[in-house]
Amino acid sequence: MAETNDKIVYMDNNATTKVAPEVVDAMLPYLKELYGNPSSMHTFGGQVGQAVVEARSKIADLLGAQPEEITFTSCGTESDSTAILSALRTFPEKRHVVTTRVEHPAVKSLCENLETLTGHKYKVTRLKVDEEGMVDMAEYEAALTDDTAIVSVMWANNETGNIYPVEKMATMARARGILFHTDAVQAVGKIPINLKELDIDFLSLSGHKLHAPKGIGVLYVKRGTLFVPFLTGGHQESGRRGGTENVASIVGLGRACELAAEKMDEENTKVKKLRDRLEKELLSRIPNSRLNGHKTARLPNTTNISFEYVEGEAILLHMNRYNICASSGSACTSGSLEPSHVLRAMGVPFTAAHGSIRFSLSIYNTDEEVDYIVEKMPAIIESLRKMSPFWKGN
Amino acid sequence: MWEYTDKVQHHFLNPQNVGELENADGTGDVGSLACGDALKLTLKIDENEIITDAKFKTFGCASAIASSSVLTEMVIGMSVEEASKVTNEDIANALGGLPKEKMHCSVMGREALEAAIADYRGMILPMAEGEVVCECFGVTDLEVIRAINESNLRSVEEITNFTKAGGGCGKCEDKLREILRKTVGEKVEAAATGTKTRKMTALQKIKKIEEVLEREIKPGLRKDGGDLELIDVDGDFVTVSLRGACKSCKKSQTTIKEYVEKKLRELVLDTLIVEEEE
Repeated sequence: MAETNDKIVYMDNNATTKVAPEVVDAMLPYLKELYGNPSSMHTFGGQVGQAVVEARSKIADLLGAQPEEITFTSCGTESDSTAILSALRTFPEKRHVVTTRVEHPAVKSLCENLETLTGHKYKVTRLKVDEEGMVDMAEYEAALTDDTAIVSVMWANNETGNIYPVEKMATMARARGILFHTDAVQAVGKIPINLKELDIDFLSLSGHKLHAPKGIGVLYVKRGTLFVPFLTGGHQESGRRGGTENVASIVGLGRACELAAEKMDEENTKVKKLRDRLEKELLSRIPNSRLNGHKTARLPNTTNISFEYVEGEAILLHMNRYNICASSGSACTSGSLEPSHVLRAMGVPFTAAHGSIRFSLSIYNTDEEVDYIVEKMPAIIESLRKMSPFWKGN
Repeated sequence: MWEYTDKVQHHFLNPQNVGELENADGTGDVGSLACGDALKLTLKIDENEIITDAKFKTFGCASAIASSSVLTEMVIGMSVEEASKVTNEDIANALGGLPKEKMHCSVMGREALEAAIADYRGMILPMAEGEVVCECFGVTDLEVIRAINESNLRSVEEITNFTKAGGGCGKCEDKLREILRKTVGEKVEAAATGTKTRKMTALQKIKKIEEVLEREIKPGLRKDGGDLELIDVDGDFVTVSLRGACKSCKKSQTTIKEYVEKKLRELVLDTLIVEEEE
């Protein structure tokens, strides 16, 4: 459907990111000549094992953690499931989970399954959010009970970019003897994280959100936290996760974490500046548009804007004609019939929820790309509004 | 990304007959903002009951816009009587098919057309008089029963794809399952009775199949530059060969199963199995 062959303007980095060239370079030897099994006794496998050790250390450094607290998984979803199920198995007498209404489907669906597939053996409290998408700490405190096994709250929201006060929430959980998990898939590499000083027991991250490849994740398990593996098998990962290591991707993730640490300032200055300009220009140039999410407590790369009276999929397909890549919380993009659960939980009216577009930037975006989007978007929205039975003009 | 046919993409990017006719003779207003799609169809109808103009305004996705656009093209020039027989399958077929999750967009087109014709005739739509079973999308039991019968639906998921019922909070799923069970049960019973009373010889069956192919199926395929030939009938197995544009179409299997087989089952015998010649 694209009308030009110009380069892709990619602003869908909360979906996935470009694999950094430096990451590809680091991985290549482990896809070619260095193919040994890291668990093997011979030197050929041993040198591969050493690369895994080094990658683990680099990832730990980015998180302010110890290498032995890092367990490799296949993705963020596996890490989330492992953490929550481990807590429930550790405390079989406890049947309560606290989470929010705006979690990623990885946690949301697991919690639904815990209720329904187990015949409501488990009870889940989902914290409400306000119109800016933030939780009420008093409601959170009241939700913690003696029966609560684990709290799972995302560090940053994938749709709005909202950053949640997980440090404080973890401390409150710890005071009640409750384990705390955070899905930090969107936060790692974008904002500083130092787990050493925090009461967070489990943290999930995913490689492809920070310029490493897809198919590699990490579960951080704080030293001393009781743990029950999700995948059992061989003795890999100190018995915490069976299965031969995805070595090339692990090495790639290690390099990506190194780069993320180096570029954190760039993320918080250059990327944020680009994002802010894009947001300001779109909101000012297109009438009846609104920002979804918190104005300040937000990732530096994310903006979620609703264009009222038009539908998200239609907007995205017109953007696609100009090779602009973004995402929508519109139901029609997913095959679901209800718009984003995150926007609905925030009380975003239907007039706006269906027409939401998420732009998520990265260090690879430029001023010229922002200009290009700002130039194209008003006409796209106008053309669709002319067709909308609800649009009455200005 | 959805796999949209070239025709869907064409109508989405170049929608025909956008707007609202002044002093329309019939107006159909269906859907809502809450539902995520809505369509306002306006018709001009002359003294001979011919639709001389049609315009639409749509809030919705590419399928909704394309369905509305192609619908206006289809009905201009039709008599009101002819237009009243347009089905959602006709709309979807005119677009070369829609993803199954998007079939409700073609249903919305048909509903708007029905509403506009009812408005022209000064009648109340019978579907609106049913009991609302899906609160989220305001779908009545009569709409669900009609979709089950017309599109040969066999699961709650299919009902949701065609009517949106059950696609929100999901609380009505049990009700939908019950309606499905009852409606399909009645259909099977009726078919069994019908088969008994009009048991066909092999020759009668072949003749009936040929008649339905000529009257109902081939004209639809020819509109898209395709065609079909009956190769053999062996018991319930009907072998056909696609011709023209249909032969090279990536969705030929969908055409065979979702269009040809469905129509033959509906109009000849509901045990028929249609296969393409190898």
